[in-house]
Amino acid sequence: MGDVLVVAEHLNGVLADITFEMLGKGRELASTLVGKVSVALLGNDVRPLAEQLGAADSVLLVEDPALERYTPDAWQQALASVLRDRQPVLVLVGNTGMGMDLAAGLSAALNLPLAAYCGDLRVDNGEVVATSQVYAGKLCAESRLPVDGAIVSVLAGAFPVDAGKSSEVASIDSVAAPAIRARVRFKQLNVPEAGDVDITREQVLVSVGRGIQEADNIALAEALAEVLGGAVSASRPIIDSGWLPRVRQVGKSGMKVKPRLYVAVGISGAPEHLEGMRGAELIVAINTDPQAPIFDVAHYGTTTDLFDLLPLLTEKVRGLRAVPA
Amino acid sequence: MAGVENERVIEQSHAVVDGVDISGHWNRMFEQRVSTTYDTDLLDKVTDLPGAESMGWCYQCAKCVGVCPVDIVGGDYGPRKIFRKLQTGVDLFTNSDLWMCTSCMNCLRVCPKEVDMIKIMPAVREQVLLEGTAPLELQRALENTFRYGNPLGEPARKRADWISEAGVPVPILKDLGRAVDILWYVECYPAYHPRGKDASRALARVMTALGLDFAILGIEEKCTGDTQRLAGEKGLFDELTEYNLKTLRKYQFKRIVVSDPHAYNAMKNEWPKFNQGGDFEVLHYTELLAPLVGQMKFEQPLDLTVTYHDPCFLGRHNGVYAPPRQIVSAIPGVRMIEMPRCRENGFCCGGGGGGMWLDSFTSERNKERMSDRRVKEAVEAGADTLAICCPYEPSRFEDAVKATGSDGKLIVRDVIELVDEAMDLKTKYGG
Amino acid sequence: MRILVPVKQVPDLVEDLEVGPDGVSLDQDLVKYVLNEFDDHALEEALQLKETDSVTEVVAIALDYGDVDQVLFTCLAKGADRAIKVEGAFGSSPDSHTAARALAATLRDLQFDLVLTGVQAIDDLDGQVGPLLATLLELPHVSVATHLALDADGRTLSVQQEYGAGVTAELQVDLPAVIGVQAARATPRYASVSRVRQLMRSAELETVSADVSAAGTRLQVERLFKPTSTTHAEMLKGSPAAVADAIARLLQERGVLRG
Repeated sequence: MGDVLVVAEHLNGVLADITFEMLGKGRELASTLVGKVSVALLGNDVRPLAEQLGAADSVLLVEDPALERYTPDAWQQALASVLRDRQPVLVLVGNTGMGMDLAAGLSAALNLPLAAYCGDLRVDNGEVVATSQVYAGKLCAESRLPVDGAIVSVLAGAFPVDAGKSSEVASIDSVAAPAIRARVRFKQLNVPEAGDVDITREQVLVSVGRGIQEADNIALAEALAEVLGGAVSASRPIIDSGWLPRVRQVGKSGMKVKPRLYVAVGISGAPEHLEGMRGAELIVAINTDPQAPIFDVAHYGTTTDLFDLLPLLTEKVRGLRAVPA
Repeated sequence: MAGVENERVIEQSHAVVDGVDISGHWNRMFEQRVSTTYDTDLLDKVTDLPGAESMGWCYQCAKCVGVCPVDIVGGDYGPRKIFRKLQTGVDLFTNSDLWMCTSCMNCLRVCPKEVDMIKIMPAVREQVLLEGTAPLELQRALENTFRYGNPLGEPARKRADWISEAGVPVPILKDLGRAVDILWYVECYPAYHPRGKDASRALARVMTALGLDFAILGIEEKCTGDTQRLAGEKGLFDELTEYNLKTLRKYQFKRIVVSDPHAYNAMKNEWPKFNQGGDFEVLHYTELLAPLVGQMKFEQPLDLTVTYHDPCFLGRHNGVYAPPRQIVSAIPGVRMIEMPRCRENGFCCGGGGGGMWLDSFTSERNKERMSDRRVKEAVEAGADTLAICCPYEPSRFEDAVKATGSDGKLIVRDVIELVDEAMDLKTKYGG
Repeated sequence: MRILVPVKQVPDLVEDLEVGPDGVSLDQDLVKYVLNEFDDHALEEALQLKETDSVTEVVAIALDYGDVDQVLFTCLAKGADRAIKVEGAFGSSPDSHTAARALAATLRDLQFDLVLTGVQAIDDLDGQVGPLLATLLELPHVSVATHLALDADGRTLSVQQEYGAGVTAELQVDLPAVIGVQAARATPRYASVSRVRQLMRSAELETVSADVSAAGTRLQVERLFKPTSTTHAEMLKGSPAAVADAIARLLQERGVLRG
């Protein structure tokens, strides 16, 4: 029988979208595999969250003060115990800041194979085939998973959120947590200060990547953002270099944005970045590499050098704005 | 500065020398004496480095400051100033002054004491690089050179892709399987940079039109690394030279022709220091083509007022001034004029000595980019065309044309592009 | 306190990646190996900890494949105190599970307080080495970590783990532990070629062997392929002025310039 188990992810009392995305897909796979889909929900006093997971056949509620906040060590110990008991054919974990610890940790703890960075799943001849993005999204690998059990870490946004939502009553199973030896302890959560620009609210974003080359050149993007009435955001390398504050980061570990216009300047389009902006209404990409993955999600693109293009574009837009419509 | 004795004063109230009466207080003669008691540690730190001894010979005449291009663009610079700063407690090893010098050599040209910044700066930079600190831009260019054989970070495999649009066949030595007259060492910017590729294609067409027997190394070619050497990466230069010499020894050719004055400098002046490195006849392409000007069939005159910019490493460093001028002035319709700072006093474009990869760093400290100043000079001299023949220059000067608002007033062309155009070879060959 | 830094090499993305004739692996002829940038950050973080905290030794470790000597000498040039090469049948490049097992076997014979390694690599189809290694050694682990700080008693480490939207959690980890470093506190330092060459002549790499016979991913890779996107941007061509014009008009047509 092919049971699927989804590991729920939540923060501050809110279930992350990835949980529903995996649940929706998990339900579909379980049905094809003639099995059941359950969700492992770890935490403390999280029954209200469990009630949102009605799309699952059962919610395995594992509550314990040691599990109140996510920490890799405690959650891994608890999940290992649940998995040893239930032995599902397929375990779905988010390919996220929380999930990366768990997926690989559980793979080693239980000697289960792991397919990471998974963007698609299907059943073929009773076996699960996972399609993973590798080499910064330049290539995809299709792997057939062993029937006796495997873990898959799923990319955020790979599957539709709505398929995992349901008004059905959740069937909740309380599972006792094992004794946990917490070698990693939660101290505090840091949420970025408001005050700077909230890029998730901006209608126009001019986003810079490594192609901008130096901090000073960001001024070119700022000029364009200004005439467009928007703000400047960036991909991870720019933020890591300290050239813009973290609240400007677009991507998997940054913000998810859905502006009317997203201008990607010198951004190659690694999967982590695309996760953050592919929902934008109109995407224009500027990158000298015609093979850059960003062009697969952009609506319009050009390989013109950004240093030549940006000043001209800024002037053109300024000119068009100056003329009353 | 050591080994000083107490002064000996020789004063005569009455002295006659060779029949001339020089009595008086002004006939005092002083022998060597202590002129100051400052701490020479920071100066010694420099002069103790092999190659940097000459820093200590400066006697503050300031002839260098007058010709130093960094000083002229407001960088407050020159060997004299560096010496003075070393005296007064500034550590060159940690000061930004270390990275401003472009190795243009105008200072050494005029220095009566032969204080040699071309040796001093790389020596100090090498020490700083060994410690792992260098401006980030430069670091990247050095890492790229090491990993990909070019500072631009382009894949080595694509080094010969430019030949497909030359319009004429460009043989690759490995495939040619025979000895050749000219081994054309293309170098990095001429192979990868859009404007460099324009010039390379033009040179391929001109050499073909003149019936010259040439071939290139293709993807076996790596950067000669001379500029990286001057930026302080002696190890990288040695590694590249060993590799390049090994590659060249596989083939038979009469002479090497380069478009890049930096490669020219490496081959003429540095390679002979390596085993069998001095065996080659090396020509800049202008030296190859100047004697052949009579054979060039010019199909159309170019109505241009051209001024020629002497690249530092072709002109001042290696004394080649006439051949490029011979070529340009042979083109029908061209009027040649000289900028005030020309030939030995040519004004640096800012790309040498690592400057190509330190633009952010140097622009913060200068009031104006050196390339901007040079372009203004060309315009003021009355030129509509700035002719160049070093691959660092097209991008620097074309950016400068935009930055100085000279768009429409001045175009930048490699000498070979002018020849190619006048011979109308694109029509003849395509490409 | 001793920090171990396992580093790996990955295919350089500057080169085009092509699928080999077997259809399930890279065309090795075209692959050039380069140090995994996250491992570079892990090494930098280790070296930074050495400068500011009570760390006495930083040891770089790498499995024997690709340009391993170059990589290890570069680590020494950057300031690592020792470099260990782990020999074994790793083929052109091992998967994460094989690598983790080989490293675990090696680390069991070494005394250490902390393992820093890159959070991930572009070729870890079967998961990230950090958590795999930690769990095989029964050690705690935290990935996607930045802002490492050793606590005064030298027995615990504080880190920040990154989630989405800029949210991070500050965690305290008992040592010894394995940390997957997302970004070091400073840009990874430069190792001059002069220095690497010096070390190649003067320094020695330590070598150990690892038996990797019982390893592998147990994933049956059936196909490696270039993703063909069903969509692609409409590409605008021409001079910069023409392209600027086209984009500006496009924005105007879409009503983006209103208001």
